[in-house]
Amino acid sequence: MGNKNRASNKAAKNNGGTEYGHRDKYSGRKTILSVVYIFTGLFVLMMGYFVYFLQAKSKDVINSTYNLRHDVLAKRVTRGMILSADGEILAKTVTDDEGNETRRYPYDDMYAHVVGRVTRGRTGIESTENINLLTSYENSPEAIYNDLIGVKNPGNNVITTLNHKLTKAAYDALGNKTGAVVVIEPATGKILAMVSKPSYDPNKIDENWDRLSEDKDNESPLINRATQGLYPPGSTFKVLTALAYMRENSDYEDFAYNCKGKIEHDGMVIHCSNNKAHGKVDLKKAFAKSCNTAFSSIGKELSMDAFRELCESFYFNQTLPSRIGANSSKFELKTGSSGIKEAMQTAIGQGKTLITPLHNAMIAAAVANNGIMMKPYVVDRIESAGGRVLKGYIPEEAGKVMTSSEADFLKSLMRAVVTDGTASRLKGLKVKVAGKTGTAQQEGKASHAWFIGFAPVNDPQIAISVIVENVGSGSDYAVPIAEKVFKAYFD
Amino acid sequence: MNIAVELTKYLMLLMMGAYTYHAFRSALKKNKIYQDRSYRWMTFFIFLFHFTGYFTLYLQSPNSKLLFLYGMEVLVFILALEIYRLLYPGISGLLLRNMLMLISTGLIILTRLSFNKAVRQFVISAAALGLCLIVPAVMNKHDRIKKYGWIYGLSGLGLLILVILVGTENYGAKSWLSIFGLITVQPTELVKLLFVLCLASLLCENTGYKRICSATVLAGATVLALVFQKDLGGALIFFVTYVFILYCAAEKPLYLLLGLGGGSLASWVAYRLFDHVKVRVLAWQNPFGYIDKEGYQISQSLFAIGTGGWFGMGLNQGLPTSIPVVDSDFIFAAIAEEFGGFFALFLILLYVNCFVILINIALKSEDNFLRLLSLGFSVMFGFQVFLSVGGVIKFIPSTGVTLPLISYGGSSMVSTIIMFMIIQGIYNSGNKSAKVKAKD
Repeated sequence: MGNKNRASNKAAKNNGGTEYGHRDKYSGRKTILSVVYIFTGLFVLMMGYFVYFLQAKSKDVINSTYNLRHDVLAKRVTRGMILSADGEILAKTVTDDEGNETRRYPYDDMYAHVVGRVTRGRTGIESTENINLLTSYENSPEAIYNDLIGVKNPGNNVITTLNHKLTKAAYDALGNKTGAVVVIEPATGKILAMVSKPSYDPNKIDENWDRLSEDKDNESPLINRATQGLYPPGSTFKVLTALAYMRENSDYEDFAYNCKGKIEHDGMVIHCSNNKAHGKVDLKKAFAKSCNTAFSSIGKELSMDAFRELCESFYFNQTLPSRIGANSSKFELKTGSSGIKEAMQTAIGQGKTLITPLHNAMIAAAVANNGIMMKPYVVDRIESAGGRVLKGYIPEEAGKVMTSSEADFLKSLMRAVVTDGTASRLKGLKVKVAGKTGTAQQEGKASHAWFIGFAPVNDPQIAISVIVENVGSGSDYAVPIAEKVFKAYFD
Repeated sequence: MNIAVELTKYLMLLMMGAYTYHAFRSALKKNKIYQDRSYRWMTFFIFLFHFTGYFTLYLQSPNSKLLFLYGMEVLVFILALEIYRLLYPGISGLLLRNMLMLISTGLIILTRLSFNKAVRQFVISAAALGLCLIVPAVMNKHDRIKKYGWIYGLSGLGLLILVILVGTENYGAKSWLSIFGLITVQPTELVKLLFVLCLASLLCENTGYKRICSATVLAGATVLALVFQKDLGGALIFFVTYVFILYCAAEKPLYLLLGLGGGSLASWVAYRLFDHVKVRVLAWQNPFGYIDKEGYQISQSLFAIGTGGWFGMGLNQGLPTSIPVVDSDFIFAAIAEEFGGFFALFLILLYVNCFVILINIALKSEDNFLRLLSLGFSVMFGFQVFLSVGGVIKFIPSTGVTLPLISYGGSSMVSTIIMFMIIQGIYNSGNKSAKVKAKD
């Protein structure tokens, strides 16, 4: 003992350190207690995060298509139904007497792309809502009892925003043509209809798979043209060209141009449709008549950077703000790498610009919604088999892409297209429609016909985008399809 | 059969919950009668839980090897409980039971993941439990043990350098040592013990400037050696342990702030400098953005935990094997997937309970060496659990650290058991001296 004391006294003298034995016991306790608090705090935070993750975040995380556990869940739960907003069953699982399950799609090929399929690679809502369909809201004693005895519980149902009447109208109107129709509710971004043709019957996917995937005739029925198809926008793009011009020229209402039916630049000639000379036009008339020469002369003067910036604020060159997987639209015009010719073509929607029908519907809807673009969505809510709402999706803004006065002016331009322009066929409808036609020319093939628009013009309830591949002009082929959809909704 | 698996899932959750409840009750209630009653319940729940686990596994794949393994495990658990109590009546029954509960949880999930690994793990645990019978006795001689601080520290450092020179690489960290090609050990696990022994010994009697500097140089070299092996988790654990021992030895909050500040700075530098650090942070920030490569492991882990939900899929009903390294670093994800989120929370609480018991011994120790020793071990243990669980659930970037007493890995198992038994030795001698005092 004496030995030890001497040693520590020496240490204390040499280094002036704390000496064992004289240590303040109280402060030693306090130090260790502070360590206890620090670690307890760390553990509490970590457990809090774990609870937060399981309760709030895990549902979205496990929905990933990379999660291999979906098939495990399918053994315990009967896949739920997918329903339209007006209560039609779009997909359901039927079980036969031997317990074999089959997924049935009562409307055959009508909803094939938007609702999707479960075999041969999950697609559509069947894919994005897979986890919700395979989860049973199991809080009732009966559900736990079923779990115990190995009886499958019914999965949750997905209620979509789709409107059956509109979808059927669009489906019938497209007939056997190749193309797509998208209908959006401008104020919310709800997708009311989304049809793509040619389609396929998901009930017979297995028997027809070889033919479908081989795609000998190059019709690509498996592709959802509404979200995956990238088309030159044609004259529908003049909505954005007009907006770009308005932003650069505050006197845009005084715009005047004398159309002689064609315009030349450095050996390139751009014609108006049928070489028709429109004569003296202002912006509204140029837009209504879809005057190519007026708009390509506008394109010559526009700042490429500002134009590009405008288009990117409309989500060109980016992923669309939506849970629905869609291809990104492209806008290539760029100072330095693009010439005047390309600028002139881009201004009338030719050039290298490409857009999906869904995206074009969003642009029409943004004009209709006073400049606010909403994120498009197709799932309204998740309900338990018993009808209890488990999760509701609320409308979200994608951004204010233009001011409401800009939107008002564009509305008046689009209204003129119907009152005295290329979509005058829609004048006869009870409801006041506004819109823009487009005829996207193709090298050596018939043009793609476009129409985008909305109605009623004063209080828009639906916005639409129609594309028909390789048929001719928008006025002749896309407008009549839009007409049928408007009629189905408003008459 | 489905009934049985579903039923045992809920039963095992209840048992784990009841066990944890009694663990906290007996940690807080000092009344001997209550404590003994809780201990009896805990023993009961350990064996019932263990039985239910193996029963569920046996139902799904009946084979006699499983029964044999189960029987041997029960035998070892009984022996451990009886012999330790017989030899050292003063040890903490709570800590001993917690240790067995954690080991049994680990063995059940390991058997489900890989029978052969479970057998290996069991043999090593049994051997470690047997050999460690002498550890508490050795701790009685702590006056002599504390004299050799430099030897512990330098031999630990030497061992790590040896690994850098002749070690083998595994899971991207060069921290394994092959002994005559027979077995591979992870010397870091042994160095952990030496490191705490060294710091406690160096700083228990002298916290003068010179002593702190030399201890810091030694600790710094050890941490750097681990960084060199690319063992990030190990380096972090050693560093944090050092900072907290220094803080408690000198009792100066400034050291804690300096240490943690310096640590953050060093982490930042490491992040900028080393790609393998950057990758871990990227995978943490956005695992799904890098799901094909860097984020694959953590994404799979989150899928497992999320799909398991609050009640779990039931033993053998999930897909934990889709998670890379699930049997060691990511075993917590497998437990959460099949036993459920509530069970996982109870498990974390059980670790917290162990931490509280360990640090409580530091709080009570009158000898400064023993005080720093148990504090160092508590911090090391607690921080390792934090890194392991936190990494698996994406609370913090994954650092590749095992979950003590549960993860597969002989070296880690042995070192944790030794650590627990050292603490038990301190507890035992403390209880004895208290009794002697009471008699006087």
